[in-house]
Amino acid sequence: MTAQMAVFLVLAAVAVAGAVSLILQRHPIHSALSLITVMVALACLYLLQGAEFVAAVQIIVYGGAIMVLFIFVIMLLNAGEEERTNLSTMARYLGVPLGIVFTIEVAYWVGRATLHLAPAPAEVVSTRDLSSLLFREYVLPFELTSFLILIALLGALVLARREETE
Amino acid sequence: MNEFAAQHPLLVVALPKIVVLLFITLTALAYLTWFERKVVAHIQSRWGPYRVGPHGLLQPLADGVKFLFKEDVTPAGADKFAYFLAPFLALSLAITSIAVIPFGPKELTIFGQKTPLAITNLNIGLLVLFSITALGVYGVALAGWSSNSKYPLLGGLRSSAQMVSYELTLTMSVVGVILMAGTFNLSEIVNSQQGFHWGFVPRWNLIGSPMPQILGFLLFFTSAVAETNRAPFDLAEAESELVAGFHTEYASFKFAMFFMAEYASMITVSCLATILFFGGWLSPFPQTPFWAWTHYIPTAAFVIAGLALIANGVRYITMFGRLVLPVIGLALTGLGVLFAVPGVTDFVQGPFWFLLKILVFLFVYVWVRGTLPRFRYDQLMGFGWKLLLPLAILNVVITSLAIVVTQR
Repeated sequence: MTAQMAVFLVLAAVAVAGAVSLILQRHPIHSALSLITVMVALACLYLLQGAEFVAAVQIIVYGGAIMVLFIFVIMLLNAGEEERTNLSTMARYLGVPLGIVFTIEVAYWVGRATLHLAPAPAEVVSTRDLSSLLFREYVLPFELTSFLILIALLGALVLARREETE
Repeated sequence: MNEFAAQHPLLVVALPKIVVLLFITLTALAYLTWFERKVVAHIQSRWGPYRVGPHGLLQPLADGVKFLFKEDVTPAGADKFAYFLAPFLALSLAITSIAVIPFGPKELTIFGQKTPLAITNLNIGLLVLFSITALGVYGVALAGWSSNSKYPLLGGLRSSAQMVSYELTLTMSVVGVILMAGTFNLSEIVNSQQGFHWGFVPRWNLIGSPMPQILGFLLFFTSAVAETNRAPFDLAEAESELVAGFHTEYASFKFAMFFMAEYASMITVSCLATILFFGGWLSPFPQTPFWAWTHYIPTAAFVIAGLALIANGVRYITMFGRLVLPVIGLALTGLGVLFAVPGVTDFVQGPFWFLLKILVFLFVYVWVRGTLPRFRYDQLMGFGWKLLLPLAILNVVITSLAIVVTQR
């Protein structure tokens, strides 16, 4: 086993453990912390693949900005612990088996699709190459996405604004 | 030994560097508290720490011992995990960021292994620093939330909103520098600032071509002060309103860890300001025969400081001071003389100018704290979003225009 493989396994284990803990935790803040762990582990996985810029952006945007907003809102609303109830009859007899079937199906297809995968190129992708790809070849989808985000932002602003009473 | 070093470069080269840098950083943190208290005291016409050791030089040690022996109280109903995690997160992230800072141009040779004067030299050094800063918010936010207390919660809320807002300006303000240097690598950014206007004005990014980054620097430093939660932006721990803000419920060494994290971020910001806008380790004097005498400035500075300390020390009030101060003075003078040795002179140039510039920024930090009143919270948010961010975007646009026009 190479050193890279070992690092990959550790990081993957951390990411999966974080994702499981995200669902199992009762307190929203603990769930958010687990999600941050997943994000950081994913960023490290990107770094392992030589995608330096993507790794840094993953931490700055997802680990930093977005998750801070999550935590901010949880703190602001002072959300309490989640209450657990027993499974309903519907969930017990229909939901659980269906969940298991879907899990197996997804695992099967992922396993099949990644069986004959070429190894990732070992060299580091420079930020310069990435940005020239983004701003030359894929400039239209890139600009469209940013436009979409802008529309979503404006929409959120309009919805959140208080009704003027006068 | 050299073969062993070649086989295990991590163990022999990286580990000692990390240990030494950590030791230096932690000592610098301790003495930064002394420096701040002294400077603020003199701004306010006081003496500052004076009793513990000559000129209060042993005060950091006394503070450390005091923190260690205080009772470590955990408030009732606190969220234990997050309460313990917060100070660790704050301090470890703050100290990690120093790993990517390059301190000089020359390579160090340890057991035949050449290595740069930094722990690592990353292609994305600047981005790594920003991602560490982005994660740094959690220390403060979690501390505020997990204490299960009103004032810390308000402090944590304020600071997470503030840090998210000012992070935007912080990142945007350095885009001009990145555009001019064309890289995220901190050493290459410094190297891109070599050269002189008209033969004697250094071509640092602050006054560089094609677009001087004066606006960028002002934006960077303002938002960095806000990002490190320092006065006049220390709304998160405004003692007149929130007792001590997010760390109200912390005692003993956990409180000390928040304190150290704050000072470590001050050092990182000062390093970054030096690297990005003030030419890093580059000397402000041209490297021509006419200016060769400037190589002896480190020697002169150390010898003068050492002699002054000896002169002051022999007339000090206490016996202890009369013994210790001349010894420190003698050590400084000896270092100064050592710096005049031909081989050493070249090596010392980079780190000397770098540390001198950092010291200037640390002084500015303390100076700002000593003289400016605190912002009101709504003023803080308005200032960040309505003034700083648009100016930062303007700076990016103007700089890119200038680059496009001059490259044509």
